[in-house]
Amino acid sequence: MQAKDQPLLEMRGVSKSYGGVRALSEVNFSCHAGSTHGILGENGAGKSTLIKMIAGVLRPDAGEMFYRGQNVQFASAAEASAAGIVCMFQELSLIPDLSVADNICLLRPPRRFGLIDAKAQRQRAEALLARLHCEDLDPRALVRDLSLSRRQMVEIAKALAQEPQLLILDEATSALTRRDVETVYGLLGELRSQGVASLFISHRMAEVDALCDRLSVFRNGQHVESFAKGAKSEAEIVRLMIGRDVTAKFPPKADPVPRPVVMTVQDLSWEGRLKGLSFGLGKGEILGLGGLDGQGQKELLLALFGVLKAVRGRVEINGISGLPTSPYAAKTATTRLALVPEDRKSEGLMLALPIADNLVAAAMDRVARGGIIDRAALAATIAEGIARLQIKAGSPEDAVATLSGGNQQKVVIAKWLMIGPDIILLNDPTRGIDIGTKQEIYRMMRELADQGKSILFYSSDYAELSGCCDRVIVLYDGQVIRTLEGAAITDEALVSAALNIGQGAAA
Amino acid sequence: MNRVLSTLDRPVWIAFALTLAILCIGTVYTLTTTGTAPLLQPGYLLQQLQIGAFLGLCAMGMMLVILLGEIDLSLPWTLTAAAMVATAIGGPLAIPAALAVGLVVGLLNGFGVSVLRVPSMIFTLGMDTVLRGLMVAQTGGYAPQDQATPIMLWLAKGRVLGLPVALVLWVLLSIGMVFLLNRTVFGRALYAIGSKERAAYLSGIRTRRVVVAAFVLSSLCAAMAGVLLAGYSAKAYQGMGNAFLMPAIAAVVLGGTNILGGQGRYSGTLAGVILIVLLNSVLSIMQMPEAWRQIIYGLVIIGMLLIYRR
Amino acid sequence: MILWLRRNPGLAGILVLFAGLYLIYHMLHPRGFTSAVLIQNANESVAIAFVAMAQTVPVLARGLDLSVGAVMTLTGCIASVLVSGTPLEILGGMALTLIAGAAFGLINGLIVVQGRIPPIMATLASGAIAIGLALLIRPQPGGEVDGDLGWALTNSVWDFCDTYGLAQGGAAWWVRPFADLPVPLILLFGTACLVWLPFKRTLTGRTVYAVGSAEAAALASGLPVRRAQLSAYLLAGFFAGCAGLYLAIQTSTGNADTVQAGAYTLNSIAAVVLGGTALMGGRGGVIASILGAFVLRVISFYFRILDIDPLLQPLIEGLVLLLAVSAGAFAAFNVRNRLELMR
Repeated sequence: MQAKDQPLLEMRGVSKSYGGVRALSEVNFSCHAGSTHGILGENGAGKSTLIKMIAGVLRPDAGEMFYRGQNVQFASAAEASAAGIVCMFQELSLIPDLSVADNICLLRPPRRFGLIDAKAQRQRAEALLARLHCEDLDPRALVRDLSLSRRQMVEIAKALAQEPQLLILDEATSALTRRDVETVYGLLGELRSQGVASLFISHRMAEVDALCDRLSVFRNGQHVESFAKGAKSEAEIVRLMIGRDVTAKFPPKADPVPRPVVMTVQDLSWEGRLKGLSFGLGKGEILGLGGLDGQGQKELLLALFGVLKAVRGRVEINGISGLPTSPYAAKTATTRLALVPEDRKSEGLMLALPIADNLVAAAMDRVARGGIIDRAALAATIAEGIARLQIKAGSPEDAVATLSGGNQQKVVIAKWLMIGPDIILLNDPTRGIDIGTKQEIYRMMRELADQGKSILFYSSDYAELSGCCDRVIVLYDGQVIRTLEGAAITDEALVSAALNIGQGAAA
Repeated sequence: MNRVLSTLDRPVWIAFALTLAILCIGTVYTLTTTGTAPLLQPGYLLQQLQIGAFLGLCAMGMMLVILLGEIDLSLPWTLTAAAMVATAIGGPLAIPAALAVGLVVGLLNGFGVSVLRVPSMIFTLGMDTVLRGLMVAQTGGYAPQDQATPIMLWLAKGRVLGLPVALVLWVLLSIGMVFLLNRTVFGRALYAIGSKERAAYLSGIRTRRVVVAAFVLSSLCAAMAGVLLAGYSAKAYQGMGNAFLMPAIAAVVLGGTNILGGQGRYSGTLAGVILIVLLNSVLSIMQMPEAWRQIIYGLVIIGMLLIYRR
Repeated sequence: MILWLRRNPGLAGILVLFAGLYLIYHMLHPRGFTSAVLIQNANESVAIAFVAMAQTVPVLARGLDLSVGAVMTLTGCIASVLVSGTPLEILGGMALTLIAGAAFGLINGLIVVQGRIPPIMATLASGAIAIGLALLIRPQPGGEVDGDLGWALTNSVWDFCDTYGLAQGGAAWWVRPFADLPVPLILLFGTACLVWLPFKRTLTGRTVYAVGSAEAAALASGLPVRRAQLSAYLLAGFFAGCAGLYLAIQTSTGNADTVQAGAYTLNSIAAVVLGGTALMGGRGGVIASILGAFVLRVISFYFRILDIDPLLQPLIEGLVLLLAVSAGAFAAFNVRNRLELMR
């Protein structure tokens, strides 16, 4: 009777368990055509499970799903996408060895005589890329040769190519440049006016706030509440998400004091990604690395940790000059270095191995004599690591893959704290982690700094940089273009410095 | 903890259960045809295990590289080359010379895989071809006339305290292997690299050294197996190692070691070796033609792996 | 063309290598370039080229087929029984042989995909089964493949027409430009063009590459991953069947030779790698593998004309293989981020 009020998608009493663990229980959820619907929740709240079910990747254990008023059960992602439900996953779904055009027209390529028509496919890809203001992208280029932010744009073009009725964006903008984010915002608005519904998942509150007209909060596998944007304050929403009050988000900073310099870097260059970078790091200082994604921050951290070859420039660490030649050299030097890498799952952890093995992976020498492991020392060290970071684990013998994202990251950090590092390099350690664990990490960083450790901290979240750091160097195109200190570190200053504009506005 | 243990131990139990089943089938067969039960006599079983020691050593070395997610296809000719060098040199230096062959091959394999970054499947295959070429050029393609030294004969065929020396050697090396895998930094590093090489490297594990060491140990095991086999046959001959490559890989995988690396227990490999050895001996007692042996062999491997996946 | 080669560096590299090697071979050859030499070379290369094609498809999908040599042997034995008699019986026998190969490949695929057994183990075991079956069919080498067919398919186009009285016995004007081409090469590239190239342009074919490149992404995108993996092994069985059929026709016998089966499997991997197909999947192609197989064969042709001691041949073959793969590895020294070298 009221066709307009009928939800595009409705879920009733949907549940899903993984091996006895409830990921979603009795969830009722609906969303309407022409709406941009934000989904909020900590990691492990069940958001990913929810969207995977909608997209046909997972099947619910119980409950029903209605799409356009029909009871549906998608057997595969292909079926859901044929019905107009298109999902952009957090882990990119592009095929690196295929071309941009191949990827964009992956599922339903144009055909001639039953075979894929490469020319028509290229034209379709060009048209879609133009719509995203990505004319610079060659449809024939291989996706593996593109930067992360370009790939994400291809991913969006790929979603558009499927002419979605319901578009699901899971952390879809996390790697985008500012300009591209604007493009995507505009695009979402355009789609909304065409009656397309979007489900938007992001850890960035500001983004959700800017884009969505309706919000739903999930916690512990349950749908807590849905409400229109503006109906609740940010503090209220955060409380709904974590189920308790959050008072201070960041620990208080130390008073600015003169710090002896631990590490000086001069004219560091590498492969056109680092172009003569210079800075100093003080003892007990948290030094932030700001700037847009992909301006050399990651390369800088890898270079300092001895991963990159043919790095030029002068580096002096506690009076000893030269970069370490390998991670082993970095962790065993007189001034010990530690690196929490960018990708937890492929660089930080050995997912199939037990938590215990991961915890001692860097500190084996501490529990072994002459290459032979001392069992008592091993057990004590593992227990200490778990206790120190309050890792919520059943048994240290369980595979680390069984832990939640936040606890996995704690294992990575605990692994490095075991060697007693003097300089800690952090590469976006809070990406994709729930708020509770984030705060624990902020607190721990400050404690370590107070103990005299030096921290070099890269984050893609400006609020984190301004909340945690004593000083921030902003990188642009492989160089330091601005240094912000103390009260000058504000979100606005970080943003304008990152874009390399408004010299006056930030000063 | 128990859950993890049980999933890892399952292959071991299944392999042992199948081994018992094979013994039963073989015994029923011999009872009905000849009225005897040789398979249940300790003397016969000990003899089978003595022969099994050759495969056991090969599988031991293979397991080290498979744990890394690599493979060593140069096993056949490493074994043969070591045996040929040992018999050619003779005297007290025979065994050290054979082990030196293993050391050199292992170092080269390790270099190719960890420094040159050639996939191990292809590099060790090339190494196998080169070794074969060297041996063919050296011997003219005929079985060398040299004899195994007395100590080689003793190692392969002698007995201590009534037990075959080869079996004792296998047991001692197995104990060493268990210790190596579970109680040493090297052993843990093997699992770490096999599980995720990037993460292991970024944890400050010296991955190159570990990979080279694993290939060296693998080749040393193959060389030692060559010494034993040459002792057993009293001489070295062309292609003596060919029959060991596939069974060695099969034994490791039937024992539950993940062919992609990072997971596996030595007890499983042991169970896999015993299973294959007894299967072979029961099939020879039954005088099974080669065609059916191959088919049964293939079906057992596929069937077992299907059961593990349940 | 140049642009296309630049986009396919692996193919371009192997093409240049093969062309260079083959040109020098002919310059060194005592009789120079003749149609007879070309035909002889082609005959010696076709079986290994088919096996290399077979190996390529599963490798592209990040699999491996260690049974290709065994399936070739098995289908060769089947062909030695079936391919004789009336023309209709011969055609039927050839079709059955190819179907047997494809069916064996499909079983491999089912074991890998449905049984979730690592391909290296599944095909190692199924290869043993194939050898066993081949031994059951041909305990001793033998069989009688139709002699006319053997002559017609292993010589020039003119001989083919002459044998069967087609196109005025090969004298027709439209045959003349191709008259001296070897039939085996036409069969090889014909199969590649009629089977592989169209397959590559289907969704399933594209998915073969996608699975090899990023399996999780392919699944999440809703691509037909299982179908692609099954077809990869099925095609491997089919191409291995082509190799077996050709070998049986060429030698007019079937022989359940275990050693030869193993050698063909190992050479197929070498050919695939030489052709620039990544063992980790996703990159490369069948045509490059054919050229890789040709390069392996040309090296052995050199032994003949350069009069190298046959005892040294295995050593030189091994060294060439090691050098070739190591040369490709020098790219590793130019990688400035050590992480990129690792899994």
